Amino acid sequence: MKYEAVIGLEVHVQLKTNTKIFCGCSTEFGREPNSQVCPVCLGFPGVLPVLNKTVLEHAVKISLALDCSVQEYTKFDRKNYFYPDLPKDFQISQYDLPVGRDGFLDITVEGGEKRVGILRVHLEEDAGKLIHKDDISLVDFNRAGVPLLEIVSRPEMYSPEEAHAYLTALKSAIEYLDVADCDMEKGSLRCDANVSIRPRGERELGTKAEVKNMNSFKGVKDALAYEIKRQIESVENGGKIIQETRLWDAKNGKTFSMRSKEEAKDYRYFPEPDLPPFVMTLENIRKIKETIPELPREKAARFIREYGLSAYDAGILVVNKKDAEYAEECMRAYPGENKKPVVNWLIGPLLSEANNRTGGGELTALGILPERLIELVGFVQAEQISNLTGKSVLTDMIDTRESAADIIKRRNLIQISDTGSLETHIEEIIKANVQSVESYKQGKTGALMFLVGQVMKKTQGKANPKVVQELLKKKLA
Amino acid sequence: MAINKEVVDHVAYLARIRLSDEETVRLAQQLEGIVAFIDALKNVNVEHISPTSHILPVQNVLRDDVPVRSLPIDKVLVNAPQPEGDFFGVPKIIE
Ligand SMILES: [Zn+2]
Repeated sequence: MKYEAVIGLEVHVQLKTNTKIFCGCSTEFGREPNSQVCPVCLGFPGVLPVLNKTVLEHAVKISLALDCSVQEYTKFDRKNYFYPDLPKDFQISQYDLPVGRDGFLDITVEGGEKRVGILRVHLEEDAGKLIHKDDISLVDFNRAGVPLLEIVSRPEMYSPEEAHAYLTALKSAIEYLDVADCDMEKGSLRCDANVSIRPRGERELGTKAEVKNMNSFKGVKDALAYEIKRQIESVENGGKIIQETRLWDAKNGKTFSMRSKEEAKDYRYFPEPDLPPFVMTLENIRKIKETIPELPREKAARFIREYGLSAYDAGILVVNKKDAEYAEECMRAYPGENKKPVVNWLIGPLLSEANNRTGGGELTALGILPERLIELVGFVQAEQISNLTGKSVLTDMIDTRESAADIIKRRNLIQISDTGSLETHIEEIIKANVQSVESYKQGKTGALMFLVGQVMKKTQGKANPKVVQELLKKKLA
Repeated sequence: MAINKEVVDHVAYLARIRLSDEETVRLAQQLEGIVAFIDALKNVNVEHISPTSHILPVQNVLRDDVPVRSLPIDKVLVNAPQPEGDFFGVPKIIE
Protein backbone atom coordinates (compact mmCIF):
# COMPACT_ATOMS: atom_id res chain seq x y z
CA MET A 1 0.00 0.00 0.00
CA LYS A 2 1.18 3.50 -0.85
CA TYR A 3 -0.12 5.21 2.26
CA GLU A 4 0.36 4.71 5.94
CA ALA A 5 -2.06 5.82 8.63
CA VAL A 6 -0.94 7.71 11.72
CA ILE A 7 -3.12 7.51 14.81
CA GLY A 8 -2.99 9.27 18.15
CA LEU A 9 -5.53 8.58 20.90
CA GLU A 10 -6.99 10.83 23.57
CA VAL A 11 -8.48 8.70 26.30
CA HIS A 12 -10.60 10.01 29.16
CA VAL A 13 -11.05 7.78 32.18
CA GLN A 14 -13.39 8.54 35.01
CA LEU A 15 -11.49 8.16 38.27
CA LYS A 16 -13.05 6.01 40.95
CA THR A 17 -13.90 8.30 43.86
CA ASN A 18 -16.75 8.86 46.28
CA THR A 19 -17.00 12.56 45.52
CA LYS A 20 -16.48 14.96 42.65
CA ILE A 21 -13.15 16.55 41.83
CA PHE A 22 -13.73 19.97 43.45
CA CYS A 23 -16.73 19.50 45.76
CA GLY A 24 -18.24 16.94 48.10
CA CYS A 25 -21.13 15.90 45.85
CA SER A 26 -21.46 12.16 45.36
CA THR A 27 -20.34 10.59 42.08
CA GLU A 28 -22.80 7.71 42.36
CA PHE A 29 -24.17 6.71 38.97
CA GLY A 30 -27.83 6.63 37.97
CA ARG A 31 -29.43 8.87 40.61
CA GLU A 32 -32.29 11.32 40.00
CA PRO A 33 -31.32 14.28 37.78
CA ASN A 34 -29.64 17.20 39.53
CA SER A 35 -29.71 15.42 42.89
CA GLN A 36 -25.90 15.47 43.21
CA VAL A 37 -25.14 19.13 42.67
CA CYS A 38 -24.10 22.04 44.86
CA PRO A 39 -23.10 25.69 44.42
CA VAL A 40 -19.53 24.63 43.49
CA CYS A 41 -20.32 22.20 40.69
CA LEU A 42 -23.18 24.41 39.47
CA GLY A 43 -20.70 27.27 39.12
CA PHE A 44 -22.43 29.77 41.39
CA PRO A 45 -20.54 33.02 41.86
CA GLY A 46 -18.20 33.28 44.82
CA VAL A 47 -17.72 29.57 45.49
CA LEU A 48 -14.32 27.96 45.98
CA PRO A 49 -13.36 24.63 44.46
CA VAL A 50 -11.12 22.40 46.61
CA LEU A 51 -9.26 19.50 45.02
CA ASN A 52 -10.14 15.96 46.11
CA LYS A 53 -6.99 14.36 47.59
CA THR A 54 -7.85 10.93 46.19
CA VAL A 55 -8.15 12.37 42.69
CA LEU A 56 -4.60 13.68 42.80
CA GLU A 57 -3.28 10.38 44.17
CA HIS A 58 -5.08 8.38 41.47
CA ALA A 59 -3.69 10.69 38.78
CA VAL A 60 -0.15 10.31 40.08
CA LYS A 61 -0.59 6.56 40.31
CA ILE A 62 -1.72 6.25 36.69
CA SER A 63 1.03 8.60 35.53
CA LEU A 64 3.65 6.48 37.26
CA ALA A 65 2.18 3.25 35.90
CA LEU A 66 2.53 4.77 32.41
CA ASP A 67 6.16 5.64 33.14
CA CYS A 68 5.46 9.35 32.97
CA SER A 69 7.60 11.80 34.82
CA VAL A 70 5.38 13.22 37.53
CA GLN A 71 5.63 16.95 37.81
CA GLU A 72 6.64 18.25 41.22
CA TYR A 73 4.68 21.42 40.53
CA THR A 74 1.26 21.12 38.97
CA LYS A 75 -1.60 23.58 38.56
CA PHE A 76 -5.05 23.92 37.04
CA ASP A 77 -6.23 26.21 34.25
CA ARG A 78 -9.52 27.43 32.89
CA LYS A 79 -10.51 26.31 29.44
CA ASN A 80 -13.12 28.80 28.25
CA TYR A 81 -16.01 27.89 26.00
CA PHE A 82 -19.79 28.04 26.01
CA TYR A 83 -21.97 24.98 26.02
CA PRO A 84 -25.11 24.34 28.06
CA ASP A 85 -23.61 21.27 29.75
CA LEU A 86 -20.83 23.44 31.19
CA PRO A 87 -22.32 25.42 34.11
CA LYS A 88 -19.38 27.78 34.69
CA ASP A 89 -18.78 28.51 30.98
CA PHE A 90 -15.28 27.22 31.54
CA GLN A 91 -13.90 23.82 32.34
CA ILE A 92 -11.24 23.45 34.99
CA SER A 93 -8.48 21.49 33.28
CA GLN A 94 -4.69 21.51 33.11
CA TYR A 95 -2.80 23.25 30.34
CA ASP A 96 0.95 23.67 30.56
CA LEU A 97 1.74 21.85 33.81
CA PRO A 98 -0.11 18.51 33.73
CA VAL A 99 0.32 15.86 36.43
CA GLY A 100 2.40 13.62 34.22
CA ARG A 101 4.20 13.69 30.89
CA ASP A 102 6.51 11.81 28.57
CA GLY A 103 5.58 8.27 29.44
CA PHE A 104 4.99 5.18 27.36
CA LEU A 105 2.96 2.03 27.14
CA ASP A 106 4.28 -1.23 25.71
CA ILE A 107 1.80 -3.16 23.63
CA THR A 108 1.77 -6.51 21.87
CA VAL A 109 1.06 -6.33 18.18
CA GLU A 110 1.35 -8.71 15.30
CA GLY A 111 5.02 -9.43 14.98
CA GLY A 112 6.02 -8.51 18.49
CA GLU A 113 6.29 -5.72 20.98
CA LYS A 114 5.86 -2.04 20.41
CA ARG A 115 6.25 1.05 22.56
CA VAL A 116 3.70 3.86 22.23
CA GLY A 117 4.66 7.23 23.68
CA ILE A 118 2.39 9.05 26.12
CA LEU A 119 2.55 12.80 25.63
CA ARG A 120 0.72 13.90 28.76
CA VAL A 121 -1.66 12.90 31.54
CA HIS A 122 -3.85 15.62 32.98
CA LEU A 123 -6.84 16.09 35.27
CA GLU A 124 -10.08 17.82 34.41
CA GLU A 125 -13.74 17.91 35.35
CA ASP A 126 -16.54 16.27 33.40
CA ALA A 127 -19.48 18.26 32.00
CA GLY A 128 -23.19 17.64 32.59
CA LYS A 129 -25.48 15.47 30.51
CA LEU A 130 -27.85 16.80 27.85
CA ILE A 131 -31.11 15.24 26.80
CA HIS A 132 -32.62 16.60 23.61
CA LYS A 133 -36.39 16.89 23.33
CA ASP A 134 -38.48 18.21 20.44
CA ASP A 135 -38.37 21.87 21.38
CA ILE A 136 -36.09 21.99 24.40
CA SER A 137 -32.85 20.50 25.69
CA LEU A 138 -32.65 19.31 29.29
CA VAL A 139 -29.56 19.45 31.46
CA ASP A 140 -28.61 17.13 34.31
CA PHE A 141 -25.51 18.33 36.17
CA ASN A 142 -24.95 15.21 38.30
CA ARG A 143 -21.96 14.38 36.13
CA ALA A 144 -20.59 17.93 36.11
CA GLY A 145 -17.43 17.93 38.18
CA VAL A 146 -16.86 14.20 38.10
CA PRO A 147 -13.08 13.65 37.97
CA LEU A 148 -11.60 12.71 34.61
CA LEU A 149 -8.05 11.89 33.68
CA GLU A 150 -7.09 12.53 30.08
CA ILE A 151 -4.28 10.43 28.67
CA VAL A 152 -2.89 11.69 25.38
CA SER A 153 -0.73 9.36 23.31
CA ARG A 154 1.82 10.44 20.77
CA PRO A 155 0.78 9.87 17.13
CA GLU A 156 2.68 6.60 17.04
CA MET A 157 0.12 4.00 16.07
CA TYR A 158 -0.11 2.98 12.45
CA SER A 159 -3.15 0.71 12.20
CA PRO A 160 -6.56 0.19 13.83
CA GLU A 161 -5.17 -3.01 15.36
CA GLU A 162 -2.37 -1.11 17.08
CA ALA A 163 -4.85 1.44 18.41
CA HIS A 164 -7.01 -1.40 19.70
CA ALA A 165 -4.02 -3.07 21.36
CA TYR A 166 -3.04 0.24 22.97
CA LEU A 167 -6.55 0.75 24.36
CA THR A 168 -6.69 -2.80 25.67
CA ALA A 169 -3.30 -2.47 27.37
CA LEU A 170 -4.20 0.93 28.82
CA LYS A 171 -7.50 -0.29 30.21
CA SER A 172 -5.86 -3.37 31.64
CA ALA A 173 -3.07 -1.39 33.36
CA ILE A 174 -5.52 1.12 34.85
CA GLU A 175 -7.83 -1.62 36.07
CA TYR A 176 -4.92 -3.25 37.89
CA LEU A 177 -4.47 0.00 39.80
CA ASP A 178 -8.12 -0.10 40.87
CA VAL A 179 -8.53 3.64 40.33
CA ALA A 180 -11.10 3.60 37.51
CA ASP A 181 -13.74 1.30 36.02
CA CYS A 182 -12.80 1.78 32.36
CA ASP A 183 -16.11 0.59 30.96
CA MET A 184 -16.45 2.11 27.51
CA GLU A 185 -20.08 1.08 27.13
CA LYS A 186 -20.93 2.88 30.39
CA GLY A 187 -18.87 5.93 29.48
CA SER A 188 -16.29 5.59 32.25
CA LEU A 189 -13.68 5.29 29.48
CA ARG A 190 -13.99 7.47 26.40
CA CYS A 191 -11.73 7.61 23.41
CA ASP A 192 -11.22 10.15 20.65
CA ALA A 193 -8.79 9.54 17.81
CA ASN A 194 -6.66 11.79 15.66
CA VAL A 195 -6.20 10.16 12.29
CA SER A 196 -4.14 11.18 9.30
CA ILE A 197 -2.48 9.47 6.38
CA ARG A 198 0.83 10.10 4.64
CA PRO A 199 2.72 8.51 1.79
CA ARG A 200 4.82 5.65 3.06
CA GLY A 201 8.31 6.85 3.95
CA GLU A 202 7.17 10.43 4.46
CA ARG A 203 8.16 11.86 7.87
CA GLU A 204 5.79 14.80 8.06
CA LEU A 205 2.27 14.24 9.38
CA GLY A 206 -0.71 14.77 7.10
CA THR A 207 -3.77 16.85 7.97
CA LYS A 208 -5.69 15.05 10.69
CA ALA A 209 -9.34 14.44 11.32
CA GLU A 210 -10.56 14.03 14.87
CA VAL A 211 -12.91 11.07 15.20
CA LYS A 212 -15.34 11.05 18.11
CA ASN A 213 -18.38 9.19 19.34
CA MET A 214 -16.89 5.69 19.44
CA ASN A 215 -18.64 3.74 22.17
CA SER A 216 -16.86 0.42 22.24
CA PHE A 217 -13.42 -1.04 21.60
CA LYS A 218 -14.73 -2.61 18.44
CA GLY A 219 -16.20 0.74 17.48
CA VAL A 220 -12.76 2.33 17.72
CA LYS A 221 -11.26 -0.32 15.47
CA ASP A 222 -14.08 -0.10 12.93
CA ALA A 223 -14.18 3.70 12.94
CA LEU A 224 -10.42 3.94 12.38
CA ALA A 225 -10.49 1.39 9.58
CA TYR A 226 -13.28 3.30 7.88
CA GLU A 227 -11.66 6.70 8.37
CA ILE A 228 -8.28 5.56 7.02
CA LYS A 229 -9.94 4.07 3.97
CA ARG A 230 -11.97 7.24 3.45
CA GLN A 231 -8.89 9.46 3.61
CA ILE A 232 -6.88 7.29 1.22
CA GLU A 233 -9.73 7.13 -1.29
CA SER A 234 -10.26 10.84 -1.05
CA VAL A 235 -6.59 11.64 -1.70
CA GLU A 236 -6.34 9.11 -4.50
CA ASN A 237 -9.31 10.75 -6.18
CA GLY A 238 -7.55 14.08 -6.08
CA GLY A 239 -9.30 15.33 -2.94
CA LYS A 240 -7.81 17.07 0.04
CA ILE A 241 -8.17 16.13 3.70
CA ILE A 242 -9.53 18.98 5.76
CA GLN A 243 -8.98 19.34 9.47
CA GLU A 244 -12.35 18.62 11.04
CA THR A 245 -14.22 16.68 13.68
CA ARG A 246 -16.00 13.59 12.43
CA LEU A 247 -18.49 11.46 14.31
CA TRP A 248 -18.62 7.68 14.13
CA ASP A 249 -21.99 6.26 13.20
CA ALA A 250 -21.81 2.70 14.45
CA LYS A 251 -25.12 1.72 12.89
CA ASN A 252 -24.13 2.64 9.35
CA GLY A 253 -20.43 1.97 9.82
CA LYS A 254 -19.36 5.44 8.69
CA THR A 255 -17.77 8.61 9.99
CA PHE A 256 -19.44 11.87 9.02
CA SER A 257 -18.39 15.48 9.32
CA MET A 258 -19.93 17.50 12.14
CA ARG A 259 -20.09 20.35 9.62
CA SER A 260 -20.38 22.84 12.44
CA LYS A 261 -18.89 26.12 11.36
CA GLU A 262 -16.78 26.13 14.49
CA GLU A 263 -14.14 28.82 14.43
CA ALA A 264 -10.57 27.86 15.05
CA LYS A 265 -10.63 26.73 18.67
CA ASP A 266 -9.73 29.56 20.99
CA TYR A 267 -10.03 28.40 24.57
CA ARG A 268 -8.06 31.27 26.14
CA TYR A 269 -6.53 29.08 28.85
CA PHE A 270 -5.39 30.92 31.92
CA PRO A 271 -4.41 29.78 35.44
CA GLU A 272 -7.38 28.90 37.66
CA PRO A 273 -7.06 31.56 40.36
CA ASP A 274 -9.30 29.71 42.83
CA LEU A 275 -7.05 26.64 43.05
CA PRO A 276 -3.61 27.21 44.47
CA PRO A 277 -0.87 25.10 42.89
CA PHE A 278 0.16 21.66 44.07
CA VAL A 279 3.68 20.75 44.99
CA MET A 280 4.49 17.10 45.38
CA THR A 281 7.59 16.05 47.21
CA LEU A 282 9.67 13.20 45.84
CA GLU A 283 8.86 11.46 49.11
CA ASN A 284 5.13 11.64 48.37
CA ILE A 285 5.61 10.42 44.83
CA ARG A 286 7.72 7.54 46.12
CA LYS A 287 5.00 6.60 48.62
CA ILE A 288 2.38 6.45 45.88
CA LYS A 289 4.76 4.45 43.69
CA GLU A 290 5.01 1.83 46.43
CA THR A 291 1.26 1.20 46.21
CA ILE A 292 1.44 0.25 42.52
CA PRO A 293 0.87 -3.49 42.19
CA GLU A 294 2.47 -5.83 39.69
CA LEU A 295 1.17 -4.58 36.32
CA PRO A 296 -0.12 -6.80 33.48
CA ARG A 297 3.09 -6.89 31.49
CA GLU A 298 5.20 -7.64 34.56
CA LYS A 299 2.77 -10.36 35.53
CA ALA A 300 2.89 -11.86 32.04
CA ALA A 301 6.68 -11.89 32.14
CA ARG A 302 6.60 -13.66 35.50
CA PHE A 303 4.05 -16.23 34.27
CA ILE A 304 6.36 -17.01 31.38
CA ARG A 305 9.33 -17.30 33.73
CA GLU A 306 7.73 -19.18 36.62
CA TYR A 307 5.16 -21.39 34.91
CA GLY A 308 6.72 -21.80 31.49
CA LEU A 309 3.80 -20.18 29.69
CA SER A 310 4.04 -18.99 26.10
CA ALA A 311 3.90 -15.23 25.60
CA TYR A 312 0.55 -15.68 23.87
CA ASP A 313 -1.04 -17.64 26.73
CA ALA A 314 0.40 -15.30 29.35
CA GLY A 315 -0.92 -12.28 27.44
CA ILE A 316 -4.45 -13.64 27.50
CA LEU A 317 -4.37 -14.60 31.16
CA VAL A 318 -3.16 -11.26 32.52
CA VAL A 319 -5.67 -8.93 30.83
CA ASN A 320 -7.94 -8.89 33.85
CA LYS A 321 -6.38 -8.78 37.30
CA LYS A 322 -8.88 -11.02 39.08
CA ASP A 323 -8.65 -13.61 36.33
CA ALA A 324 -4.87 -13.45 36.36
CA GLU A 325 -4.89 -14.16 40.09
CA TYR A 326 -7.35 -16.98 39.56
CA ALA A 327 -5.23 -18.43 36.78
CA GLU A 328 -2.19 -18.31 39.01
CA GLU A 329 -4.02 -20.15 41.79
CA CYS A 330 -5.01 -22.82 39.28
CA MET A 331 -1.48 -23.19 37.97
CA ARG A 332 -0.09 -23.38 41.50
CA ALA A 333 -2.62 -25.99 42.50
CA TYR A 334 -2.04 -28.08 39.40
CA PRO A 335 0.37 -30.91 40.12
CA GLY A 336 3.25 -31.42 37.77
CA GLU A 337 5.85 -29.17 36.23
CA ASN A 338 4.08 -28.68 32.91
CA LYS A 339 1.16 -26.30 33.41
CA LYS A 340 0.03 -26.42 29.80
CA PRO A 341 -2.96 -28.77 30.40
CA VAL A 342 -4.57 -26.45 32.93
CA VAL A 343 -3.64 -23.33 30.92
CA ASN A 344 -5.31 -24.81 27.86
CA TRP A 345 -8.48 -25.28 29.87
CA LEU A 346 -8.34 -21.71 31.15
CA ILE A 347 -7.87 -19.99 27.81
CA GLY A 348 -9.99 -22.54 25.93
CA PRO A 349 -13.23 -23.92 27.37
CA LEU A 350 -13.35 -21.65 30.44
CA LEU A 351 -12.76 -18.47 28.50
CA SER A 352 -15.34 -19.36 25.87
CA GLU A 353 -17.88 -20.21 28.58
CA ALA A 354 -17.09 -16.88 30.21
CA ASN A 355 -17.48 -15.00 26.94
CA ASN A 356 -20.80 -16.71 26.22
CA ARG A 357 -22.20 -16.21 29.67
CA THR A 358 -20.86 -12.94 31.01
CA GLY A 359 -20.19 -10.69 28.04
CA GLY A 360 -17.19 -9.32 29.87
CA GLY A 361 -15.61 -12.75 29.67
CA GLU A 362 -14.51 -12.97 33.28
CA LEU A 363 -13.27 -16.40 34.32
CA THR A 364 -13.92 -15.77 38.00
CA ALA A 365 -17.57 -15.05 37.24
CA LEU A 366 -18.02 -18.73 36.37
CA GLY A 367 -17.64 -19.68 40.02
CA ILE A 368 -15.36 -22.66 39.48
CA LEU A 369 -12.95 -23.02 42.38
CA PRO A 370 -9.35 -23.75 41.36
CA GLU A 371 -9.32 -27.20 43.01
CA ARG A 372 -12.53 -28.11 41.18
CA LEU A 373 -11.00 -27.16 37.84
CA ILE A 374 -7.87 -29.15 38.68
CA GLU A 375 -10.05 -32.16 39.44
CA LEU A 376 -11.76 -31.88 36.05
CA VAL A 377 -8.48 -31.47 34.18
CA GLY A 378 -7.22 -34.51 36.12
CA PHE A 379 -10.03 -36.70 34.76
CA VAL A 380 -9.24 -35.64 31.21
CA GLN A 381 -5.48 -36.02 31.63
CA ALA A 382 -5.96 -39.52 33.05
CA GLU A 383 -8.11 -40.25 30.01
CA GLN A 384 -11.00 -41.22 32.21
CA ILE A 385 -13.14 -38.87 30.18
CA SER A 386 -12.50 -37.43 26.73
CA ASN A 387 -11.73 -33.81 26.10
CA LEU A 388 -15.17 -33.34 24.56
CA THR A 389 -16.93 -34.95 27.53
CA GLY A 390 -14.82 -32.75 29.78
CA LYS A 391 -16.20 -29.64 28.13
CA SER A 392 -19.74 -30.82 28.71
CA VAL A 393 -18.90 -31.62 32.34
CA LEU A 394 -17.55 -28.08 32.69
CA THR A 395 -20.83 -26.62 31.43
CA ASP A 396 -22.63 -28.82 33.93
CA MET A 397 -20.30 -27.71 36.72
CA ILE A 398 -21.05 -24.05 36.03
CA ASP A 399 -24.80 -24.69 35.91
CA THR A 400 -25.13 -27.00 38.91
CA ARG A 401 -22.10 -26.10 41.05
CA GLU A 402 -21.48 -29.83 41.41
CA SER A 403 -17.98 -31.25 41.28
CA ALA A 404 -16.64 -33.00 38.19
CA ALA A 405 -16.51 -36.31 40.07
CA ASP A 406 -20.18 -36.08 41.04
CA ILE A 407 -21.26 -35.13 37.52
CA ILE A 408 -19.24 -37.91 35.90
CA LYS A 409 -20.76 -40.38 38.33
CA ARG A 410 -24.29 -39.06 37.94
CA ARG A 411 -24.11 -39.06 34.15
CA ASN A 412 -22.09 -42.28 34.01
CA LEU A 413 -19.43 -40.72 31.80
CA ILE A 414 -16.30 -42.66 32.65
CA GLN A 415 -14.59 -43.50 29.41
CA ILE A 416 -14.39 -47.12 28.39
CA SER A 417 -10.71 -47.87 27.98
CA ASP A 418 -10.65 -51.52 28.85
CA THR A 419 -10.09 -53.48 25.69
CA GLY A 420 -12.28 -56.41 26.73
CA SER A 421 -15.56 -54.50 26.72
CA LEU A 422 -14.58 -52.45 23.68
CA GLU A 423 -13.74 -55.49 21.53
CA THR A 424 -17.34 -56.66 21.43
CA HIS A 425 -18.46 -53.26 20.16
CA ILE A 426 -15.65 -53.13 17.62
CA GLU A 427 -16.41 -56.54 16.20
CA GLU A 428 -20.04 -55.58 15.72
CA ILE A 429 -19.05 -52.40 13.93
CA ILE A 430 -16.65 -54.26 11.64
CA LYS A 431 -19.41 -56.68 10.70
CA ALA A 432 -21.91 -53.93 10.03
CA ASN A 433 -19.57 -51.81 7.87
CA VAL A 434 -18.04 -54.17 5.35
CA GLN A 435 -17.55 -51.48 2.75
CA SER A 436 -15.60 -49.15 5.01
CA VAL A 437 -13.47 -52.04 6.17
CA GLU A 438 -12.70 -52.85 2.52
CA SER A 439 -11.72 -49.31 1.62
CA TYR A 440 -9.49 -49.08 4.68
CA LYS A 441 -7.75 -52.25 3.63
CA GLN A 442 -7.24 -50.68 0.21
CA GLY A 443 -5.38 -47.81 1.87
CA LYS A 444 -8.08 -45.23 2.51
CA THR A 445 -7.13 -44.08 5.99
CA GLY A 446 -10.20 -41.86 6.25
CA ALA A 447 -12.32 -44.99 6.51
CA LEU A 448 -10.65 -45.81 9.82
CA MET A 449 -11.85 -42.56 11.35
CA PHE A 450 -15.35 -43.37 10.15
CA LEU A 451 -15.20 -46.69 11.96
CA VAL A 452 -13.87 -45.03 15.12
CA GLY A 453 -16.80 -42.63 14.92
CA GLN A 454 -19.24 -45.53 14.67
CA VAL A 455 -17.82 -47.13 17.82
CA MET A 456 -18.00 -43.79 19.62
CA LYS A 457 -21.64 -43.47 18.59
CA LYS A 458 -22.43 -46.96 19.74
CA THR A 459 -20.89 -46.31 23.15
CA GLN A 460 -22.55 -42.89 23.45
CA GLY A 461 -19.21 -41.17 23.31
CA LYS A 462 -17.81 -43.05 26.25
CA ALA A 463 -15.23 -45.13 24.41
CA ASN A 464 -11.67 -43.91 24.56
CA PRO A 465 -11.10 -42.99 20.90
CA LYS A 466 -7.37 -43.65 21.06
CA VAL A 467 -7.88 -47.17 22.35
CA VAL A 468 -10.63 -47.78 19.78
CA GLN A 469 -8.34 -46.67 16.98
CA GLU A 470 -5.53 -48.96 18.11
CA LEU A 471 -7.83 -51.93 18.48
CA LEU A 472 -9.35 -51.35 15.05
CA LYS A 473 -5.94 -51.12 13.45
CA LYS A 474 -4.88 -54.35 15.10
CA LYS A 475 -8.01 -56.17 14.04
CA LEU A 476 -7.88 -54.99 10.45
CA ALA A 477 -4.16 -55.48 9.99
CA MET B 1 -0.40 44.09 19.15
CA ALA B 2 -2.70 46.17 17.01
CA ILE B 3 -6.31 45.97 18.17
CA ASN B 4 -8.35 46.40 15.02
CA LYS B 5 -12.04 45.81 14.33
CA GLU B 6 -11.51 42.13 13.55
CA VAL B 7 -9.86 41.49 16.90
CA VAL B 8 -12.67 43.22 18.79
CA ASP B 9 -15.29 41.32 16.80
CA HIS B 10 -13.54 38.01 17.53
CA VAL B 11 -13.29 38.70 21.25
CA ALA B 12 -16.89 39.87 21.35
CA TYR B 13 -17.98 36.68 19.62
CA LEU B 14 -16.03 34.53 22.09
CA ALA B 15 -17.76 36.35 24.94
CA ARG B 16 -21.13 36.18 23.14
CA ILE B 17 -21.52 39.97 23.31
CA ARG B 18 -23.16 41.89 20.49
CA LEU B 19 -21.49 45.27 19.83
CA SER B 20 -22.60 48.17 17.70
CA ASP B 21 -20.14 49.61 15.16
CA GLU B 22 -19.70 52.67 17.32
CA GLU B 23 -18.89 50.46 20.37
CA THR B 24 -16.46 48.39 18.35
CA VAL B 25 -14.49 51.47 17.33
CA ARG B 26 -14.47 52.88 20.85
CA LEU B 27 -13.48 49.56 22.45
CA ALA B 28 -10.73 49.03 19.90
CA GLN B 29 -9.17 52.30 21.01
CA GLN B 30 -9.55 51.50 24.70
CA LEU B 31 -8.17 47.98 24.33
CA GLU B 32 -5.27 49.33 22.33
CA GLY B 33 -4.41 51.55 25.28
CA ILE B 34 -4.70 48.72 27.79
CA VAL B 35 -2.55 46.38 25.73
CA ALA B 36 0.05 49.11 25.24
CA PHE B 37 0.12 49.57 29.01
CA ILE B 38 0.69 45.85 29.55
CA ASP B 39 3.30 45.81 26.79
CA ALA B 40 5.57 47.82 29.05
CA LEU B 41 6.35 44.45 30.64
CA LYS B 42 7.99 43.36 27.42
CA ASN B 43 10.91 45.62 28.27
CA VAL B 44 11.65 43.70 31.45
CA ASN B 45 14.17 40.90 31.28
CA VAL B 46 12.32 37.78 32.53
CA GLU B 47 14.69 35.19 31.19
CA HIS B 48 15.25 33.47 34.52
CA ILE B 49 11.83 34.02 36.02
CA SER B 50 9.08 31.41 35.68
CA PRO B 51 5.58 32.72 34.97
CA THR B 52 3.52 33.65 38.01
CA SER B 53 0.30 31.69 38.06
CA HIS B 54 -0.60 32.45 41.66
CA ILE B 55 0.38 35.31 43.91
CA LEU B 56 -0.51 33.89 47.32
CA PRO B 57 2.01 31.75 49.22
CA VAL B 58 -0.53 28.94 49.48
CA GLN B 59 -0.27 25.46 48.03
CA ASN B 60 -1.65 21.92 48.38
CA VAL B 61 -5.14 22.81 49.56
CA LEU B 62 -6.87 19.44 49.43
CA ARG B 63 -9.96 17.80 50.87
CA ASP B 64 -10.69 14.22 51.84
CA ASP B 65 -12.87 12.17 49.53
CA VAL B 66 -15.91 12.22 51.82
CA PRO B 67 -19.39 13.01 50.45
CA VAL B 68 -21.37 15.90 51.84
CA ARG B 69 -25.05 16.63 51.34
CA SER B 70 -25.89 18.15 47.96
CA LEU B 71 -28.47 20.89 47.41
CA PRO B 72 -32.17 19.95 47.57
CA ILE B 73 -33.77 20.03 44.14
CA ASP B 74 -36.05 23.03 44.87
CA LYS B 75 -32.98 25.10 45.76
CA VAL B 76 -31.09 23.81 42.72
CA LEU B 77 -33.75 25.00 40.32
CA VAL B 78 -34.93 28.11 42.16
CA ASN B 79 -33.21 30.51 39.75
CA ALA B 80 -33.53 28.38 36.63
CA PRO B 81 -35.46 30.35 33.99
CA GLN B 82 -36.95 27.29 32.34
CA PRO B 83 -36.96 24.24 34.64
CA GLU B 84 -38.64 21.08 33.42
CA GLY B 85 -39.17 18.33 35.97
CA ASP B 86 -35.87 17.98 37.79
CA PHE B 87 -33.95 19.32 34.82
CA PHE B 88 -32.66 22.69 33.72
CA GLY B 89 -34.30 23.52 30.41
CA VAL B 90 -32.31 25.35 27.74
CA PRO B 91 -33.14 26.34 24.16
CA LYS B 92 -32.93 23.30 21.93
CA ILE B 93 -29.38 22.56 20.86
CA ILE B 94 -28.89 21.50 17.28
CA GLU B 95 -25.56 19.93 16.43
ZN1 LIG C 1 -21.07 19.75 43.93
